[in-house]
Amino acid sequence: MSAPLLEVASLEAGYDDALIVRGVDLVASADQIVAIVGPNGAGKSTLLKAVYGMLRPRGGSVRFEGEDVTGERSDKLTRRGMNFVPQVENVFPTLTIAENLHVGALVLPRGERQREIDRVLDVFPLLVDRRRQRAGSLSGGERKLVALARALVTRPRLLLLDEPSAGLSPIAIDLVFDKLVEIRSLGIAIVMVEQNARRALALADTGYVLDTGKNAYTGPGRQLLDDPRVVELYLGGSGTIASSSNSTSTPSGMNPAT
Amino acid sequence: MSALLEVEDVVRTFGAVRAVDGATFAVEEHSITGLIGPNGAGKSTLFATIAGSLKPTSGRIVFAGTRIDGRPAHRVARAGVVRTYQAARVLTRMSVLENLLLATRAHPGEQLTGVLFRPRAARAHEQRGLERAQELLALVGLESYIHEYAGTLSGGQRKLLDLARVLMVEPTLVLLDEPMAGVAPTLRVQLLEHILAVRRDRGLTFLIVEHDLDFVMQAADRVVVMNQGRVLTAGTPDEVRANDQVVDAYLGTTR
Repeated sequence: MSAPLLEVASLEAGYDDALIVRGVDLVASADQIVAIVGPNGAGKSTLLKAVYGMLRPRGGSVRFEGEDVTGERSDKLTRRGMNFVPQVENVFPTLTIAENLHVGALVLPRGERQREIDRVLDVFPLLVDRRRQRAGSLSGGERKLVALARALVTRPRLLLLDEPSAGLSPIAIDLVFDKLVEIRSLGIAIVMVEQNARRALALADTGYVLDTGKNAYTGPGRQLLDDPRVVELYLGGSGTIASSSNSTSTPSGMNPAT
Repeated sequence: MSALLEVEDVVRTFGAVRAVDGATFAVEEHSITGLIGPNGAGKSTLFATIAGSLKPTSGRIVFAGTRIDGRPAHRVARAGVVRTYQAARVLTRMSVLENLLLATRAHPGEQLTGVLFRPRAARAHEQRGLERAQELLALVGLESYIHEYAGTLSGGQRKLLDLARVLMVEPTLVLLDEPMAGVAPTLRVQLLEHILAVRRDRGLTFLIVEHDLDFVMQAADRVVVMNQGRVLTAGTPDEVRANDQVVDAYLGTTR
């Protein structure tokens, strides 16, 4: 077992008076794909934002390669070796693919930029022929690849992905998810938030199921895939609407006679 | 039971996007019907189409035997279909009571002639509105806040006020948009009780869009599941929960 690359402990984060992430623990090791899933409002994306310094945590800690990086700014985290691919608006549509990658490479010393871009393009043969094409003219799946490539140019050891399958056709999802496996094989860890829970868990070494801002279930992705409790979490039926509180009193007349 | 609302093959497009792509379902009279589906299924668009804030691109919406599709929202409301919004729209600088009184309809005092020539009718209407407002505030448990600014209420209390305000217009069908969103757990149980009580005592019909499926599965008699702009299935909460297609729609498929 390798040392944890990312260690999130009791993290709390939210907006205004709403605490969304309420004490989440998460560990990701190098060479791992970690999937964070859970029903709407579980706090998945907020968790990712709090880890990547886009939202100041209200409590708990984030450690990257053993160092405390809680609340550190995103650009600093990128230089440390952590990068983030947002769900939308993740490419510059008016720039070409090559220019998009160049923007990503700006955090690197001038002399190393082109070499990194070439190295990353080796992983994305699909993009090589089209490097002079504007990113805005690409399909959804291709754009997502450009976004991944741009993040990889910074030589990360950890990639955070917010909903990599969002808005993509099934074929495009295949394209992107196959690429994620390839990225893992390069020794880069991936922590992704996914709405398509099954696709993500099938791929993930470790799955974290969140519910109302807390850890619900954790385990190997394949194992969670077959866990009926996960389905129940999504579709309801646990028998209480106040599941996030201590009060579990059942209102009278809950089962309307029809 | 008969259908109070019939949605027939409704399509609503935004440019090339078919947000609602041929949705068909019915809402039975006196039922609580849940409208659920994963993100982007088209629930909110369909909701807005029923309430009249969006015109359907094609299809029919029939309420109590009359077509209401394409009518503006205020005329749909006058026909007896009113909606709430996910973020309760209360007027924060007005009192709780004033929020409700604003919702009374066809007030004779709305027009100068009404005030000048029918003062008694205007006053009587006002009195009726006042009584109704007090009654509804008692129903949702906000009577002690009657003279407070609505802005001082919590998110959950605003939802209760919103429910009361919607009931002021004496609707037949109430469309609730995410009634549980942002409501504290203890208030959730109350809100559910109030909805059930209103249905029981006033014979209202509810169509509810809600992401909290624990709530939907407990409150609704019937659940309509949307996916990719269409109705995937409809049935009792138990039937829907046991439906593999529904599970796939929410959790995705591995291939």
